[in-house]
Amino acid sequence: MNGGQDLGGMHGHGPVKPEPNEPVFHDDWEKRAFALTLAMGMPGGWNIDMSRFARENRSPADYLAMSYYQIWLAGLIDLLEERGLVAEDEIEAGHSLHTPKPVKRILSPADVAKTLHRGGPTERETNTAPVFKRGDRVRAKNINPPTHTRLPRYVRGHAGIIERVIGCHVFPDSNATGAGENPQWLYTVRFDGRELWGPDGDPTMQVSVDAWEPYLESA
Amino acid sequence: MNGAADMGGMHGFGAIGIEANEPVFHAEWEKKAFALNMAIGVANIWNLDAFRFARESLPPSQYLNLSYYGLWVVTLENMMLDYGVATKGEIKAGHAQAPVKKSKRTIAAADVANMVLCGSPYNRPAPGPALFKVGDRVRARNIHPKTHTRLPRYVRGHAGEVTRIVGCHVFPDSNAVNKGEDPHWLYTVRFDGRELWGEGSDPTVRVSIEAWEPYLEPA
Amino acid sequence: MQLRVRALESILLEKEYIDPAALDELIETYEKKIGPRNGARVVAKAWADPDFRRWLFEDGTAAIESLGYGGRSGNHLVALENTTSIHNMVVCTLCSCYPWAVLGLPPLWYKSAPYRSRTVADPRGVLREFGIELPKDTEIRVWDSTAELRYLVVPMRPAGTDGWSEEKLAALVTRDSMIGTGLARQPQEFAR
Repeated sequence: MNGGQDLGGMHGHGPVKPEPNEPVFHDDWEKRAFALTLAMGMPGGWNIDMSRFARENRSPADYLAMSYYQIWLAGLIDLLEERGLVAEDEIEAGHSLHTPKPVKRILSPADVAKTLHRGGPTERETNTAPVFKRGDRVRAKNINPPTHTRLPRYVRGHAGIIERVIGCHVFPDSNATGAGENPQWLYTVRFDGRELWGPDGDPTMQVSVDAWEPYLESA
Repeated sequence: MNGAADMGGMHGFGAIGIEANEPVFHAEWEKKAFALNMAIGVANIWNLDAFRFARESLPPSQYLNLSYYGLWVVTLENMMLDYGVATKGEIKAGHAQAPVKKSKRTIAAADVANMVLCGSPYNRPAPGPALFKVGDRVRARNIHPKTHTRLPRYVRGHAGEVTRIVGCHVFPDSNAVNKGEDPHWLYTVRFDGRELWGEGSDPTVRVSIEAWEPYLEPA
Repeated sequence: MQLRVRALESILLEKEYIDPAALDELIETYEKKIGPRNGARVVAKAWADPDFRRWLFEDGTAAIESLGYGGRSGNHLVALENTTSIHNMVVCTLCSCYPWAVLGLPPLWYKSAPYRSRTVADPRGVLREFGIELPKDTEIRVWDSTAELRYLVVPMRPAGTDGWSEEKLAALVTRDSMIGTGLARQPQEFAR
């Protein structure tokens, strides 16, 4: 979606503010929000593309006013409510009010290390061949889905070169809506800075994005 | 600038909030905020383009979360500070602490009707002939000025048709940063919706903008 | 906000940048005097008078000036004709530009993010929220007011209004119909 999260090329956000000796978490609640989100992945039954969409799927006014873990928390709450795992009145009250919905599995402490180690690999088997090869000139399509996509606005309509054929990977645009993994060939595409930012753009700069085949057409 | 104000095509802002029998102003302070801005405009300390630039330069989360007239108030404060009309101390104290050094134009009550009726025309003598004519196919240039522009992101790089030669108008990109009025030929350019939003979008939509000549190139 | 505005007012008055009576006059003008009734008069005249209609579409600024309207946000005015095959809508995606001279100050929804973001991309969706469903093949022309040109939509004249006076016709013209988010009232509605 063309939401608050699609920030590439935006002006007005001010200087980058590195914090010396920044702690991993700035507050206790951030630790809890982080852990809750990871722990709920298993019983929740959602995939990472769904959780990314849940975070970005709000008013840009809210998205841009929230801190990083506030967004995680908001996304988690939306997923829990959508799936009937937690109700709005329970969030308000701050404790369980209704019978819990049965879930397949929950994350046990013993499994944490193993689960984190396994991660969530997205490469899949395929019978199809990639349409593009290294060196091909491609154009990012001008798509504007209101649902999840990983094609940022700033590359849409612009032409670049295939730098690498990565492999066949879960397609987020499908996976986020529950329409299935629908794996697609994934490429690294390199764009010239001036192609993206105009004739006044830095001539020494290039930007690469990883783009799935449905995002691209021959240029 | 690619700021929060450049909203065309954004998703996530939700439903249009229609208020039945909406009053012109929702609070007394809104009336004052409105009138103060109109009146101070007459003093010609800053121009309208500079004011718009200041408003859209507010940090995105502030821009998106202030009320409409709240934006006017905060911007007015910032302009008064930037142009030496008031100091931080005076704004905090809520009254003048030093006399004004510059000469000033003010508007009297009796002149308001005339001011409103005359407005402020933006057309100026042409520096040369118009580059484009009605029916010409033009492309909006892919410019990304960090300062004020009136070329929205959603049209950049896209091709459309000139449907009107408006005239020669003050060029906001220059005027907003006090580099002079620098008038340029102004055109109405119409784009097909599918050109802007992609092949699958509503084929019955056309979007027109006004674009100054520096924004355009032949397509 | 109230306190902040009061502070600004005090400072500007004390520095004599503004005349307090002018402030009251400005508020009075835009709260009570200038409003959509102006635009409704323009539209009604265009419906009733073919010569004025022609003039309005050729030179909107001059035509509305002849009725005593113009000036601020009306110096450069273009009238847009709604027909059975074309529907016009006006927006300012970048801020809130609006034809003050004929419509007064814009409503909050016009200036807010939902309208500004969605109208250029999904005008039918926006119209649906206003309770309007147009035929599938109607061309929808959206005008993004990026410069100082201001747009006034001239809605289609409702049937069954032959011989109506301009005053009576004006009562059918709603503010939303002149922005493009509404249609003119039907005579039956007016009779109620």
